[in-house]
Amino acid sequence: MKSQDHEAHPKPRRNVELLLLLIALTIGIGAQVLVGLNLEDTIDQRYWTEGGVQVGLALAFHIALRLRAKYADPFILPIVVTLNGLGIAMIHRLDFTNQYDGVADRQLMWTAVSMVAAIALLVLLRDHRRLRQFSYISLAVSVLLLFLPIVPGLGQDIQGAQVWVSIGGMSFQPGELAKITLAIFFAGFLANNRDLILLAGRKVGPLTFPRLQDLGPLFLAWLIALGVLIVQNDLGNALMFFGLFVAVIYVATSRISWVAIGVAFVAVGAVLAYQFVWHARNRFDIWLNPFDPEIYDQAFGSHQLVQGLFGLAHGGLTGTGLGSGSPQVVALANSDMIIVAFGEELGFLGLSAMLVLYLILFSRYMRAGLGTRDHFGKLLAVGLAMVLVLQVFVVVGGITRVIPMSGLVSPFLAAGGSALLANWLIVAIVLLISHAARRPIVVGPMLNTTGKGASGTEDPLRGRNTGEQQPVSESQGSATAPALKEGDS
Amino acid sequence: MNNAIRHTWVVSVALFVSLFAALSLIQVVFSDDLNSDSRNSRQTIADAGAPRGPITVDGTPIAESVPSDTTQYDYQRVYNEPELYSHLTGYFSVVQGRASEAGIEGALNEEISGHSDSQFFDRITALFTGETVMGAQVELTIDPELQRLAYDQIPNDQRGTIIVTDLRNGEIKAMMSKPSYDTNELAVHSSTEYQENMERLDEQEGLHVNYNVAVGRPIFPGSSFKLITALAMLESGDYELDTELDNPSSIDLPQSDRTLPNFAGGNCAQRSQAELNWIFAQSCNTPFAEAAMELGEESIQEAAEAYGWNEAMRIPVYVQPSRFPETTSDAELALSSIGQASVTATPLQMNMAAAAIGNGGTLMKPQLVDTVRGSDLQILSNPEPEVLNDVMDESTAGELNEMMVGVVEEGTGWRADSGRFQVAAKTGTAERGDDTGTYNSWITGFAPADDPQYAVTVVYEGIDLGTGTDLTGRQMLTMLEAVIDE
Repeated sequence: MKSQDHEAHPKPRRNVELLLLLIALTIGIGAQVLVGLNLEDTIDQRYWTEGGVQVGLALAFHIALRLRAKYADPFILPIVVTLNGLGIAMIHRLDFTNQYDGVADRQLMWTAVSMVAAIALLVLLRDHRRLRQFSYISLAVSVLLLFLPIVPGLGQDIQGAQVWVSIGGMSFQPGELAKITLAIFFAGFLANNRDLILLAGRKVGPLTFPRLQDLGPLFLAWLIALGVLIVQNDLGNALMFFGLFVAVIYVATSRISWVAIGVAFVAVGAVLAYQFVWHARNRFDIWLNPFDPEIYDQAFGSHQLVQGLFGLAHGGLTGTGLGSGSPQVVALANSDMIIVAFGEELGFLGLSAMLVLYLILFSRYMRAGLGTRDHFGKLLAVGLAMVLVLQVFVVVGGITRVIPMSGLVSPFLAAGGSALLANWLIVAIVLLISHAARRPIVVGPMLNTTGKGASGTEDPLRGRNTGEQQPVSESQGSATAPALKEGDS
Repeated sequence: MNNAIRHTWVVSVALFVSLFAALSLIQVVFSDDLNSDSRNSRQTIADAGAPRGPITVDGTPIAESVPSDTTQYDYQRVYNEPELYSHLTGYFSVVQGRASEAGIEGALNEEISGHSDSQFFDRITALFTGETVMGAQVELTIDPELQRLAYDQIPNDQRGTIIVTDLRNGEIKAMMSKPSYDTNELAVHSSTEYQENMERLDEQEGLHVNYNVAVGRPIFPGSSFKLITALAMLESGDYELDTELDNPSSIDLPQSDRTLPNFAGGNCAQRSQAELNWIFAQSCNTPFAEAAMELGEESIQEAAEAYGWNEAMRIPVYVQPSRFPETTSDAELALSSIGQASVTATPLQMNMAAAAIGNGGTLMKPQLVDTVRGSDLQILSNPEPEVLNDVMDESTAGELNEMMVGVVEEGTGWRADSGRFQVAAKTGTAERGDDTGTYNSWITGFAPADDPQYAVTVVYEGIDLGTGTDLTGRQMLTMLEAVIDE
């Protein structure tokens, strides 16, 4: 499996992407038109303009990939465009209710901003390895971003969580971008210190435990997570940051002991939070007894969760069809609870199909990590994949009572500019990593620190006398070599 | 490192599997439980989303569903001329999640919402065509002009009811009660608004939004109950219209220190002995009390139940049974025979008593619904005139008819005397058993006496003596002259 892609010459596969992209756009725009038809809206110029904007953005992204990262994974962009389009369609559908108005237009605007930003990042960054030098700056930026909302005058308290910043009437959740910067920091830090952490340690039974001083970063991540939880009342992001760190450190060291320690830390954190943070305890009570009339009726009670479950049940196996359900009954139906709206109107089958899309998407993120040759890239890809997995798991798990509910939004679906921007930027970075993973091997100074064929380069063609190595480095190496040199400087 | 990535992938997939499992439990396995939870408003919204059929009088809708963009519910129930029809329609509240049982909205909810068995094929068709199931249209027997006239007659500050029925087939032509209210206030979609309006309506004295006073509130019938006592007397064979009876101004009730007097203000004091006909016309109490004690409870109860007492029915709105319970003493029986003590009657029941006499002893079942039509206007149900009971033979009915004409021509019901046709009626004034000094004032009867067509009942609850007798008699006449052709 590992070397399947490398059996033959890697192909750019951009045409596959284009074909999938057309299908993705058909699904997204088609869903929006279906909403209009079912709710007896006139399908006028507006629909075609909005559809046209989506087509234009997707094609622009596709062309940027053809020009700058032509070996990038061909599945990622179509899947993301599908999810983004479905999200806009559902938000559009909820705009027909009296609860919401004009949110779909704003979401489309944010989609445009996010995709343009992602294309810009793709074009300007060129190589993900350049992010490595920003490791420590990223940490500082992360802390800044996370604690910006509690600065008096800037921060806003919405739904009991202090995660918003308001500047000149525009609201923004800086914590969303911290997902990226923290992933960069963890990947950079661990890629640098991996050997040290790996070598030292004490063996207890089958597990090798790290030295106490090496636990420092883990402890730091744990403190950040707890800080986010306590100061900002944001259970979802706290879980995600810590889960991200544990996953990345496990991948860096391949030691299961880190996971054990991480789980222990989460347990301690959970007990502390339950004891001292009212918000967390409330969520926990709601999780266990949502149908208790007392908990159902209280302020910040289980009303939202229970109504969400009703919505999912109402959808049943096949759903009510777009526009025929009552998703607006649930609070925050177009953002935190948009999964319920999909579950109600598209049913178990439709929602499962969307979860499968997420599953494929994060598998492609992981695949990029598997394929790329540098440690930083692997760790970053895994970190960003975990950001996606944890977001989906925390949101859908919260709604379905697998875990206590917390305020994360479903990537690409939910209304909200900050999360959309962050997730699109992640797409750009992962596409660059996948490009690096699949592009033909170039023997350059960066890859080969101890000489050609040495361990660590993972040259897929090494040891094989296929005669293919020469033409590759000659014909295609010339195109990519300058980029590498820039990235290496 | 790559193995660790694969392990991470496997763990992540396991997380996703748990999500799929949870979703299938919620959406497939336990969905019925969740859907039937009382806090789940989605079925109501779906019902409110499907337009309810209209309720019409003379083809004009008095209740209809119109598309609504302002709330989460697709349709707003709108009531036209609500003050006239609120007690007949009842209301449909999405806040309550159901139709009130007070009127047709609740009584025919299945048909109006499109869920009745007879609309089964409509629903199947709708499933394939994708159209929403239209509820059935309900046409009432009500004559809008008569209903308007009844509305205009009852003073706004009184608690009054007017009923007009076609005694030949049981169709209800007018059924109006005041105080009335604006049904639209309870059809609002906002729950806070609904609560506020409901509280305000609850505070209004004499207003009941949970039932229709005309069929749902049995009260003391007073002397109008003598229609029943008189039937028992005639059927016993011991009494004729010209049978001379003692008419003392009061009698001592047995096993009790109470006395039962004749009404002091009337003509009864003129004669200490009189024939039944005259006693009935002047509504003297003592001879009826004596007769009731002589006949015994069983025969009075038999007569009452023949008219419909002690039995609930649906027209299709639920009609509260009027009561003639087993009495515990002769004193109680004596009081019951003149419509006090433990006997009660709804306005409709008293109307049925007059209608039975007018129709030659045959009581037709009252009907409020003319036709129920499906969305494609095919008739789903079309209630045929139905005999509820043969109350008495024709000759007895003729005798009672004659006695009732006497009430209007030379007795207590003189205000209902018409120059155009003969009116037959019986008045009643009941003490209410409290110290307010107010009475229940009744009149029930029919016309024309020689060819009875319509039965009219007018009743005021908690009204002073003079106003009550004045209003009831004159209003009965007005209604009769309006409904009977020249």
